[in-house]
Amino acid sequence: MRAWRDFVFGLLPISFSLLVTALLIVLVGKDPLEVARVLWSGAFGTSETLASVVNFWIPLTLAALGLVVTFRAGLWNIGVEGQIMIGAVAASGVALYVKGLPSPLLIGLSMAAAVMAGALLGALIGFLKLRLGVNEIFGGVALNALVNVASIYLISGPWQPAEGGSAQATSPFPMDARLPLISPIFPTSLLMLVLTVLAIGLIIRLLSGTRWGLQLKAVGKNPRSALLLGVPTGRSVFSALALCGLLAGLGGAHRVLDTYYSLRPLVSGGIGFLALLVVLLAAMRALWAPLIAFVFAAILGGTTRVRIRLQLDPSLAGVLQGLIVLTVVLFQGIRERYFAHHDESIEEKV
Amino acid sequence: MDSVLQNTLNTVVSNATPLVIAALGETITERAGVINLSLDGSLALSAMVGFVAAYAAQRSGVSAPVALALGVTSAALIGALMALIIAWGGITLRRDQVAVGFILTLLAADLAQFLGQDYTRIPGPTFPTVPVPFLVDLPVVGPILFRHSLFVYFSYVLLIVCWWWLFRTQGGLAHRAIGERPASAYARGVDVNGLRYLYTILGGALVGVAGAAFSLNLKPGWANPPSMRGDGWIALAIVIFGGWHPFRVLLGAYLFAALRAFASAAQRSGDVGIPLVLLNAIPWLAMILTLVFVSSGVLERLLRVLPRAVQNRARALLRSDPPAALGTRFEP
Amino acid sequence: MEIVLKNISKRFGAVRANQDISVAFYSGRIVGVLGENGAGKSTLMKILSGFQAADSGEIWLDGQRVRYRGAQEAVRAGLGMLQQDPLDVPAFTVLENFVFGNPNLANPRQKLAELAARFGFHLDADALCGQLSIAQRQQLEIVRLLALGVRALILDEPTTGISAEQKELLFSTLRRLAREEGMTVLLVSHKLEDVIALCDEVIVLRGGRLVGRTSMPTTPQALVAMMFEELSPIDARPSLPLGQTALRVESLHLHVDRLHLHNLNFSLRGGETVGLAGLDGSGQEAFLRVCAGLLRPQRGRVCVGEQDFTHRSYRDFRRAGVYFTAAGRLEEGLIAGLTLTEHVALTDEGDDGAAWINWIDAEKRAAARIARYQVRGQPYSPIETLSGGNQQRVLISLLPEHPRALLLEQPTRGLDVDSTRWIWQQLEARRQQGAGIVFSSAELDELVTYSDRILVFYEGRCVEVADVRQTSADALGHLIGGNF
Repeated sequence: MRAWRDFVFGLLPISFSLLVTALLIVLVGKDPLEVARVLWSGAFGTSETLASVVNFWIPLTLAALGLVVTFRAGLWNIGVEGQIMIGAVAASGVALYVKGLPSPLLIGLSMAAAVMAGALLGALIGFLKLRLGVNEIFGGVALNALVNVASIYLISGPWQPAEGGSAQATSPFPMDARLPLISPIFPTSLLMLVLTVLAIGLIIRLLSGTRWGLQLKAVGKNPRSALLLGVPTGRSVFSALALCGLLAGLGGAHRVLDTYYSLRPLVSGGIGFLALLVVLLAAMRALWAPLIAFVFAAILGGTTRVRIRLQLDPSLAGVLQGLIVLTVVLFQGIRERYFAHHDESIEEKV
Repeated sequence: MDSVLQNTLNTVVSNATPLVIAALGETITERAGVINLSLDGSLALSAMVGFVAAYAAQRSGVSAPVALALGVTSAALIGALMALIIAWGGITLRRDQVAVGFILTLLAADLAQFLGQDYTRIPGPTFPTVPVPFLVDLPVVGPILFRHSLFVYFSYVLLIVCWWWLFRTQGGLAHRAIGERPASAYARGVDVNGLRYLYTILGGALVGVAGAAFSLNLKPGWANPPSMRGDGWIALAIVIFGGWHPFRVLLGAYLFAALRAFASAAQRSGDVGIPLVLLNAIPWLAMILTLVFVSSGVLERLLRVLPRAVQNRARALLRSDPPAALGTRFEP
Repeated sequence: MEIVLKNISKRFGAVRANQDISVAFYSGRIVGVLGENGAGKSTLMKILSGFQAADSGEIWLDGQRVRYRGAQEAVRAGLGMLQQDPLDVPAFTVLENFVFGNPNLANPRQKLAELAARFGFHLDADALCGQLSIAQRQQLEIVRLLALGVRALILDEPTTGISAEQKELLFSTLRRLAREEGMTVLLVSHKLEDVIALCDEVIVLRGGRLVGRTSMPTTPQALVAMMFEELSPIDARPSLPLGQTALRVESLHLHVDRLHLHNLNFSLRGGETVGLAGLDGSGQEAFLRVCAGLLRPQRGRVCVGEQDFTHRSYRDFRRAGVYFTAAGRLEEGLIAGLTLTEHVALTDEGDDGAAWINWIDAEKRAAARIARYQVRGQPYSPIETLSGGNQQRVLISLLPEHPRALLLEQPTRGLDVDSTRWIWQQLEARRQQGAGIVFSSAELDELVTYSDRILVFYEGRCVEVADVRQTSADALGHLIGGNF
């Protein structure tokens, strides 16, 4: 009975979202089944498309892991989008202008710069919140916009290609600065894949097994009590935001050192916001986030082909993802409100 | 008065109007204790729907005023629908209002882009400028305040009604009480959650009207990405800057619009010494600075400098705390 | 108004708050509703005044059966209740609060002034309600309910946290309402002296049942016998040889909001207990927080032992052995959503414990703690599922065994007699091992019983009662009203 109900409640919101999306596709005059077919082949059709899904999955998962940490500390880190962007900017700066280093060192330096920049931006949000009283949501939104302005300025100004700027991108990075690929038919970086998997394990372990993780949880549930129980609340908030920025910055480095090989405007492409949705859907659990991130990455990857083949706006991906998260969250509420008689409350797990 | 300055101020008023309407709508919602964080997406979606409805109506042969009315109405309905989802999720289903609002922000923005993809950059009906007879002839203020579209006059009326309702009526007492201390309101026979639904939906409908004010008046038509992207967040910050008080909210919106007018004037004249793209950072820097300013610490330190007698009045004027029950649930 | 309750029953989960209570109250009479915390008196009054619905039973007013949904309908039927924390809106002015919920009132400003003048209340119509004292907020609620035409008034613990003068004004008002207007007044209290001073008769509740009714005058002993089945005497408090100075405050100046503490000097030595008395917001809470490093003073020094700690953080104070607990247990103290084990793991290795947590070990230690402090709960129980008394036990159990100083804000607020005594046993044990204790309380009896010295705060000023043995709760009541 219980399992059956779990199954129905798990399936209902997904089916509902798919149905609504199908109706919307009909509304703009396309065939939903055709779209689904192209979407699937766009994600899993060939090893190249699968690699492009993985290339979305890596930054998405890194940002989502960071957000699991900040949510644990009770923070709405909307600034994650800017943290990805600034990571990409920093990595690009190194890749474009540091000369004469052997490739592994150059790549390592790029990634180190990205990680530092992301962590600093995260810490800046913490500073605005703790010292100046600016809520992290607004601080984050503003910093996202500012980083975006800065990146456009760099692309169209100091960093524009020598042959004249189109404001579309910097010049392509030298080969030495690009992450080596697993193979031409599976073009993604082994190093980043390994780092991401390591990050998953690390975050799970940090949150469940350390005093720091427990302190974050305490701060997230009740900062005033946490302070009185001896938790360094300011340090917890700073470290959570900095760690999230660090992971997001690494994701940003991946966007430029693997995917684009140049810096472009809006280089994050909403991956930070999408990561927020992923974490909300995962109910803040570090174990679930990478799995959901994979599904969402597949939708993103598939939509690229939908746009090319069927001339559908790529916002289709966001519509489907947003609908899924919204209905899952609301269905959870419906379930607890109207069908809670036999269910125990859902315990929070890592 | 210098007519260039007069024209600039006139533009400031009209540019600020969608922000005024949206921020007043959000003020109504937050005064009732509910946060509608979906503004940025709701504005885009209602702007798109408002434009497409008016455009389609006009194409089907309806007269322009009717088409425009249809556009505004459907935009308001979309805003109200977004708000209804937040009220239902936050009040009835006991979800986190911030989470539902944030999801809706992203979803609505993507929906607007997806459904509006065939309607970009085409001309459609727009609200004309209608000077108010007699008032427009007033010296100085006449041409600044009374040579505008109906949206601007609507924002004036809304401001007065909002203030009068909140601070001069029995209904306004109940409205503020459910955002400050719902238990007290409940003990006086107020249907707390019912009213929270009402004010959330009403506030959302106004956000929808603000969306229409973009697409049917200020920046006519629809574009990808939409021209008002980011303005929803600014409207939310203006509510904080305005201390949840209608007049200060209006002031905040005008200040922001003035700042933007300055930035774009500087961009046009082109001799500001800093790269033009960087001027786009100004509204966001201003947003952070104003939030830093109203956060108690900084303002308190500034106020301490003043003589004691002025201090208390200045504090009452400048500082205000959010509704005490903002974002919390009430279960009778 | 004649009020008749018939067979009222109400349960909360497994707790039977009211069992089959039948009782009548008559016009012009002031009736005390007596019982210790948890006896069911508040529940009964909330049912009578519409804040809660009974599971079963009937309410008759002046011979009419009434059924109401919500407090507003009860008010319309003539029954008004003054809650312990008055149900007003702090952000409203006095006048707005007065008008809110009473739309048909003509000329409200004048009506408010008339009612206030009649009872000698000083209520500024344009003052913000959140800046009034508890006593003034009570007065506002009383005139508000009178303007709504109530004919019966229920007051829930109205004398907690108000001064002797304010109490006298309140009581004379209630007497006039009963004598001159024939109102029925019900006074819910666990304080015998209040009931004896004011009431014409008393009903006593125990364990959710009505166990007695008697006319006044009667002896306190008779009432105590009805309230408690058996009462163990309080252990005698030994005076201890005082130890080293644990905490010292020198010429302290502090401004928070409208509160100003001026030139305050204080020192606490190991082995002594200092009580802090005062009306809500008179400075005693701010003082405790300054002593813990949670508020920064504008001038003056705070020393722990002989070391200057003036601008150090609360974590530094903890490292030096100075610990603070706040009045609101779940707001400031424990963390809802965390289990007992997690609370233990968070605190019990000190603030600088190992980076990794051994959960098996932590659970064992939580179980040991539960056994020692007689907490009703399991290591895996989320803290918010425990009762208030058990939460306070957990909070005390999280304090170290040998602190230098304990700073406790209302450590027994809302606890029943049993839990209160138990908490004090634990605190006394720590004092006897050399800790200095500073605590604040709204209960004057508690201050007199457990303090060696008392500091009385009034609007930021402060006087010391050096020899507590020579004072009484009544004398303290005058001091907290500002009659130094």
